[in-house]
Amino acid sequence: MLWLALRVASLPLEVYTRAARTPHALAVVGSTGTRAEIIACNDAARRRGVKPGMAAAAASALASDLQIAPRDTAAEHAALERIAAWAIQFTPAVSLAGPSEVLLEVAGSLALFGGLKPLWNAIAEGLQTLGYAAVISCAPTPLAAQWFARAGLAVRLRHLDALHLSLSELPVDVMDLPMDACRLLQNVGANTVGDALALPRDGLARRLGQRFLDDLDRAEGSLPDPRTFFTPPTVFKASQALPAPAQEAEMLLFAARRMLVELCGYLAATASGAQRLSFSFAHHGREATRITLSLVAATRDPDHLTNVLRERLERTQLPCLTTAIALESELLLPLASRNLSLLPDAGQQEEAAAQLIERLRARLGDEAVLGLKRHADHRPECAWRTCQPGNNTDAAGASRLRQPESREAVASAAAASRPLWLLAQPRALGEVEDAPCYEGPLSLLAGPEPIESGWWDGHDVTRDYFVACNPAEAMLWIYRERGRAGKWFLHGFFG
Amino acid sequence: MGLDAVLNHPAVWRGSECARVAPGIPTGFAELDAHLPGGGWPTGAITEIYAERAGVGEVKLTVPAAARLTQEGRWVTVIAPPHVPYAPALAAHGVRLERLLLIQPGSAEDNLWASEQALRASCCGAVLLWQEHVHERALRRLQLAAESASTSLILFRSARVAPASPAALRLHVSRAEGRTVVRILKRRGGGLPPPIVLDLHGTPVSQARARRLAPPVRNRSPLHAALA
Repeated sequence: MLWLALRVASLPLEVYTRAARTPHALAVVGSTGTRAEIIACNDAARRRGVKPGMAAAAASALASDLQIAPRDTAAEHAALERIAAWAIQFTPAVSLAGPSEVLLEVAGSLALFGGLKPLWNAIAEGLQTLGYAAVISCAPTPLAAQWFARAGLAVRLRHLDALHLSLSELPVDVMDLPMDACRLLQNVGANTVGDALALPRDGLARRLGQRFLDDLDRAEGSLPDPRTFFTPPTVFKASQALPAPAQEAEMLLFAARRMLVELCGYLAATASGAQRLSFSFAHHGREATRITLSLVAATRDPDHLTNVLRERLERTQLPCLTTAIALESELLLPLASRNLSLLPDAGQQEEAAAQLIERLRARLGDEAVLGLKRHADHRPECAWRTCQPGNNTDAAGASRLRQPESREAVASAAAASRPLWLLAQPRALGEVEDAPCYEGPLSLLAGPEPIESGWWDGHDVTRDYFVACNPAEAMLWIYRERGRAGKWFLHGFFG
Repeated sequence: MGLDAVLNHPAVWRGSECARVAPGIPTGFAELDAHLPGGGWPTGAITEIYAERAGVGEVKLTVPAAARLTQEGRWVTVIAPPHVPYAPALAAHGVRLERLLLIQPGSAEDNLWASEQALRASCCGAVLLWQEHVHERALRRLQLAAESASTSLILFRSARVAPASPAALRLHVSRAEGRTVVRILKRRGGGLPPPIVLDLHGTPVSQARARRLAPPVRNRSPLHAALA
């Protein structure tokens, strides 16, 4: 067994500051009894002389631009759970511990990640991308790992023998003891865990309770220490308060990207991909603005999701300053992870195409990015349809018109004589002495090809089509309505 | 060292031959390919086609290449065409419609943005763009995008030829006596060949079809007729 303890020491502060690139002076206030006391503050606040333990009123007097936020334990717990869900991509055995610690059992993951050091680095970098400063400690027992993390020591102990030596050096504070127990240990001169271990056990048990001895034994590995493992939720939900209300797209994106990285870690952990995401930008005293990202294919690539969101944010007018961002996954689909390959393969190309289409749609709108398909109809204007790009079931064109081969050959020969451009609306042609004109009199090169269809749906068509050429040698596709009037129309260009 | 060895050295280039460049996408017209460096539409570069008037065959010129690319599974992106491309005709020319992406942005700025995105995507083989005025700086940007993913951009413009352009290949297309005349205005490696005459729209369509439907009569000698 090998446990990693991730301790996010300044979680009360970071649930706010991680949403901004350069946070202003910020202090988090917790109330102990009747007194509102500062429990954490960032560097900008510390430079102005604010310190943890100060009264909130005193801190505001020191720094007039200090922002004071109330401690939000619910948000802290949710943040810790999201870190745990994100960490499942490294090992399935993740456990929440205490108010700010997450434990990972990584013995089984070392081979996959190429050893302890690469795994450690991946987790450390990941936490930094999420916006948390964490101490990571590694020890053979979970409690020892927690203690080292609380002491702020980023140790990497892999064997029980080394553990015994190193544990002795730790101060007793890391054991999270009640006040009176701490005082008692101090009074007998036991300042380190080693000192406490050297004391007679029966006396310690009588004065401090059996729990104290059990903790020492668990940390040393002589008592089993089972942990309950964290199960990720079935839906991803996150909300993030902004330390200062913002309207600029870049500032919102910075916060949103951190949430997307969390989401993608969760998706990697659950072997799924997101196809529909919904962002909600909360405003002060107004209804929240919702942005739903509908993707062509499920993905868990944070860069791609950020790009799509960027395009959408640039097109969206937010009514006023945003105070908080919420993200919810609406549609998750299973998505297998891909092997890394040296050469680009078909799957990668499909993915690249899907990403391109999403980027284009995010900026230009769904209706501006289309695919084309054939449709089984003899009327030229009904013989095609727009469709989803790439999602082309051309079967309609082929199978419904499946006919004896000779007739099919005729049909394809006819299709080859169709123009490359079709006008959306046939254009009426001028006539000079019964002959059609388009920038000069037209000479007919081929035809007539009669097309008569559609009497059943009210768009009745009885036409004779001709290929024509005007004096400037433009090739046109024109038709004459059969019937008494016999008017000429231009229907396409051969291009 | 013999003269042949010197002349075959890759660093030696003779004015009479096309520059040695990355192989292009065959245009489907052997007469044209013979004069294009790389034997086709240049990849990773811009091609400008100036049509004397719309409808002289400038689009038809690019359809065989589009058919080849889509059949290889690559995408062809069509941006801001003047009319809707007619799906049955494209399919009849061999274009796989499910690899065709039709984009109709609202503004010139969006056209260029969409072109750049498509050029940078590794899935695209070619991007066809219709835009009259493209600033030279924008063109250079597109050129870089095309280079980054070895995609080719074919830009359709009307006959007023811009004086200078970063395009690797510039063609002028016109029609005379029922045939399409392609003049190469600029190509890599220099040297301008005489105009190339192509029979794009075939002989009048009815004859083409009539030929296809009727049994071949050319080989029927009186002897054959007597035996039959």
